[in-house]
Amino acid sequence: MGSDCSSIGAEELHVLAVDDSLVDRKVIERLLKISSCKVTAVESGRMALQYLGLDGEKSSVGFDELKVNLIMTDYSMPGMTGYELLKKIKSSSKLRQIPVVIMSSENILARIDRCLEEGAEDFLVKPVKLSDVKRLRDVILRGDENDEKKGSQKRKLNDLLPTSSLACDLTSLKSASAASQQARLKRPRL
Amino acid sequence: MERNLHKQLGNMKKSLFDQGYLDEQFIQLEELQDEANPNFVEEVVTLYYRDSARLIQNIEQTLENNPLDFAKLDNYMHQFKGSSCSIGAKKLKNECTQFREHCKTGNGDGCKRTFQQLKKEYAALKKKLEHYFQVP
Repeated sequence: MGSDCSSIGAEELHVLAVDDSLVDRKVIERLLKISSCKVTAVESGRMALQYLGLDGEKSSVGFDELKVNLIMTDYSMPGMTGYELLKKIKSSSKLRQIPVVIMSSENILARIDRCLEEGAEDFLVKPVKLSDVKRLRDVILRGDENDEKKGSQKRKLNDLLPTSSLACDLTSLKSASAASQQARLKRPRL
Repeated sequence: MERNLHKQLGNMKKSLFDQGYLDEQFIQLEELQDEANPNFVEEVVTLYYRDSARLIQNIEQTLENNPLDFAKLDNYMHQFKGSSCSIGAKKLKNECTQFREHCKTGNGDGCKRTFQQLKKEYAALKKKLEHYFQVP
């Protein structure tokens, strides 16, 4: 495991679940806990934004401690819909990298398209099943693992430059052509 | 003795499904139960009845208005349908759909008729589930 402190430890995701239905909150909480996820369940988009530290008020706890790996939100909620919440999250530089999944009891294609276009990770038709949650969890974990790998690959490449052979060749090619160009320019025309 | 209780439970469950009261979602909920959470389904159902009582009352009151606010009724029913769906209450879910259809067409009488039927199903399911959960 990488020593990067932002990586997910012990395969445990922290999921923020947003749903105005008491019954649905209870169910999604159970689904997530069974899938070894930490859950924070809130009843509205506004409370979700507050929790994420995006509602003006600064949260008393540091953001890293609250680090949310996935947001699952109901679509139809009074006040702020799940779609509006999605847009707010995706337009925040602090939060846009958090995957957002929309849940809806209505299987409307236009709605699904709209959400996916706005950057939703997935759209689940309610009632949400355990298999949906497990699949999501695996996708998010794999995605995080890939980011980790990409990150560490980048670091390795930086360490290797300029001794990495490919980078070396490119650099030398570049400087060679630049040098020859300069040389051509400098040579006096007789 | 235990085998009899098991059988009783099995029969009750089967009849609930055969009669269309419950669907697959109820089974999904049962699969979320374990030793640490042996009463999860009962807890959810209890929560459902407590929470939806409020909705039923709201709908009842709104149906007494003249003229009927179909948008409001539809909104309440959307919420009620959602929760009913989440516990696997198949018949109720269907009644909700019918009700919403009546809202769309502005059919006040249809709404009232369907709602009466819905209340009957709601009460009947409650009794059946109470009975079901009583079996240890």
